[in-house]
Amino acid sequence: MYSRNLPYLLLLPATLFLCIFFLYPFVLVAWQAFVSDTGEFTSEYFMEMATHWKFNTALTNTFMLALAVVPFQIALALYMATLVNGMKRGRDLILYVWTIPLGISDLAAGIIWLAIFEQTGFLNSMLQGLGVIEQPVGFLGYQSKGTIFLAIVLAEIWRATAIVLVILVAGMGLIPKEYYEAAEVFGASRWKQFTRITLPMLKPSLQTAMILRVILAFEVFAVVVALGGTNLPILMGEIYTWQYDLRDSSVAAAYALVVLAISIAFTLLIMWGLRTPKGARV
Amino acid sequence: MAEIRINQVAKQFGDTHALHSIDLTIADQEFLVLLGASGCGKTTLLRIVAGLETASAGEVWIGDRRVDHLAPKDRGIAMVFQNYAVFPHLTVFENIAFGLRMAKLPQSEVEKRVNRTASLMHIENLLKRYSGQLSGGQRQRVAVARALATEPEVLLMDEPLSNLDALLRMEMRAELKTVLAESKTTTIYVTHDQVEAMSMADRIAVMNKGHIVQAASAVDVYRNPAAHFVGSFIGNPPMNFLDAKPLGDGWWDVAGTRVKGPVGGQYPALQLGIRPEDIVVHDAPSSAHPDSLSATVRVLEPLGSHLLASCKVDNQMLRVVLDSNASAKPGDQLHWSPVPDRIRWFDPATELALP
Amino acid sequence: MSTAAKMATGNVTGKSAWHKYVFTGAVILLCLWVLVPIYLLLVNTFSSPEDVSGFPKSFIPNIDTGSVEFFLNYAGVGQALWSSIKVATVTMILSIMAGAPAGYALSRFEFRGKETFRVLVLMTRAFPLPLLALPLAVMYLRIGLDDTVLGLALVHTMLALPFAVLITFSLFSGIPVELEEAAWTLGCNRFQAFVKVILPLVLPGITASAIFAFVISWNEVFAAAVLTIENRTLPAFLLQGLGNAPLHLKFAGGAVLVLPALLFIFLVRKYLFSMWGIANR
Repeated sequence: MYSRNLPYLLLLPATLFLCIFFLYPFVLVAWQAFVSDTGEFTSEYFMEMATHWKFNTALTNTFMLALAVVPFQIALALYMATLVNGMKRGRDLILYVWTIPLGISDLAAGIIWLAIFEQTGFLNSMLQGLGVIEQPVGFLGYQSKGTIFLAIVLAEIWRATAIVLVILVAGMGLIPKEYYEAAEVFGASRWKQFTRITLPMLKPSLQTAMILRVILAFEVFAVVVALGGTNLPILMGEIYTWQYDLRDSSVAAAYALVVLAISIAFTLLIMWGLRTPKGARV
Repeated sequence: MAEIRINQVAKQFGDTHALHSIDLTIADQEFLVLLGASGCGKTTLLRIVAGLETASAGEVWIGDRRVDHLAPKDRGIAMVFQNYAVFPHLTVFENIAFGLRMAKLPQSEVEKRVNRTASLMHIENLLKRYSGQLSGGQRQRVAVARALATEPEVLLMDEPLSNLDALLRMEMRAELKTVLAESKTTTIYVTHDQVEAMSMADRIAVMNKGHIVQAASAVDVYRNPAAHFVGSFIGNPPMNFLDAKPLGDGWWDVAGTRVKGPVGGQYPALQLGIRPEDIVVHDAPSSAHPDSLSATVRVLEPLGSHLLASCKVDNQMLRVVLDSNASAKPGDQLHWSPVPDRIRWFDPATELALP
Repeated sequence: MSTAAKMATGNVTGKSAWHKYVFTGAVILLCLWVLVPIYLLLVNTFSSPEDVSGFPKSFIPNIDTGSVEFFLNYAGVGQALWSSIKVATVTMILSIMAGAPAGYALSRFEFRGKETFRVLVLMTRAFPLPLLALPLAVMYLRIGLDDTVLGLALVHTMLALPFAVLITFSLFSGIPVELEEAAWTLGCNRFQAFVKVILPLVLPGITASAIFAFVISWNEVFAAAVLTIENRTLPAFLLQGLGNAPLHLKFAGGAVLVLPALLFIFLVRKYLFSMWGIANR
């Protein structure tokens, strides 16, 4: 009775948007990275990027951060999700509190943890009050890369565990209760129920959460700038510097392609590692 | 007041044929039930009449208007849905008034009609409530009232009672029948429940795999099933079917016994159909019943009003309705014969009844 | 404690009581872990500028609006706040206008290309979207969208659009199609049925999804910093000032950034789960 074109008409704005602001820019960024001003193919920008003294450090730092943050976040979020699910009263309140960081930007999170770690900050005040130190320590100075790294890891775990929690709680909500009752009848312990039912059934959610988190981890930017300034180079920071301060969008594009390649590689890896056979879904 | 004519309506979803060229005419003020198992195409056919689905081929006429290219709102129909579809954000009053407001009737007329249909459905005291404050049965009443308030030419009902519990269903069945008889609308009613169909319908159209197998009165459908499917689908327990081999001269061999049947050599084999209650059981083989058959009792189910015996006849299943205090035991031999004028013959090649 | 409760505790074995303490302890600890840092930021925000850079610090604020006043009067802050609001509002409107029809189409129709579109939307999750700002910066220069509210809002819409599509998809899917069909049989055309029946039912959810888009834009810093110079949004403004601005400016700015987000998340909390629950499949 209705025009067959209606669904396409409804999808048109979103599709146009995705094409112009998602697909096309990715072609454009590759173009920028590989094609010189004179219109020839060139690897010059990649060479410039790779031979820059900060490149290796930035790459290593970004990987180290992701490695330190993401696994811990997944484990913590799993633990939080099981705590929430075991709750009878106050579940909504606790869940709200735990998801508060969801609304907090990485910049704001960086500033929040700056209040704790800076030289006149709360950590120093507390340590002095406890008599551990006499003079405030410069946790975030250019010589203390270790504590900068630690502060960034804490800030990231603090800020971005909430999104994993939300995805996992939503995923756990989809697992029918009967499975646990059946497991209980067979005498499975809590831990067995977790490893034999929750984890396998949660695979699709874990997959979503991990992809999202890994990609966000490689995008880490404002937290690092807020806590470490330029003392701890990371990929997104380098992109920003090349684009904004050095006005060289070609090298910035080369960096962007590196981040993109890493993101896609990890997405595929996670999708393969946590694949669920067809027909084995809830 | 309108007759509905469905001409060669077909519907395909991709490669699957949901409906094969359906022809059906529903007389003015008739109550027609589309009966069939799930997936037989009955709901699709109803939705094509409603305009919620487009037919791949064919015509739909309501009265003297061809409607298959019209939007539902222009067809002069009203519909009651299986899940009632009572608008949750509107009061019962506004739900019933919805169609009237769309027709831009004056407020006084809207109130008059809402009050009338509400009292017809006994929900006058619920008019200020919202759907969330109603029980399933009450929602059902609102849905019917909302459909009737527009005084449609045609009322379409899609399994309206299937979400109610058994007792309520029986009550609503009787009530709906009265209300609809008064409203004098032409009604198409879809159900998978044969009791519902038989108790309410003027005529039942039995559907199977996208075909209308038989369209006839409840008694006719029960007594004279037009096809093997109708006999096995309608009736609880269903009709028994036993293979028959020709002996010539109108005699047929059923499980080793001679039974009088149709004359004619064109059938290499037939099936004898007999309803479980149309079977006479004899105490013992005797000269009075030389042509009785024998069956071995397998399972006995005391069902209160009668005793249902599931038996084997020559490795074929036979269900027999016995008197509730019959003394049969599993393993017993049962001697029986079909009531001659209740026997129906089916051609296993076409699965249709012999004329 | 009531007698019944006493008896209940009395019956608890040592092991499960221990379990209960660990459980409660863990929950409280995790709540503190989330809340204390925010509290400390607020302490800094509501302390005088001297106290913020003083040492040692008190863990209780002396409630002084000096820092906040300094922040609000600082050159460029008012303009940045206003830019943030403008960009976030445009993002909100654009993402709903493009996202909701798509969500509706996905929930109500079967059509060729549906799966392709879904994959396209889900694919955006696997890409670092802020990077889009780089090529777009070049493109914007060419078409005159550089350093404009609209230009940045378009990038932010790209970030918010997948969420808008998925949330509205789950909202529309949650409304039985029969409600719409009933409206059609009662005299509505498709548009009337949508306005009279579907819209009132999804409006709270659409609002939540709009708020979510607002927060995404409000918080975004990388694209904002790359794409704007004069029209800096608040995050971009703060990022630029991180190196040299006085501490109390950073903290007051951080608080201004955090507080609306907290309120927004509170408003949309009911919908946080539905959007991920459905999006998993």
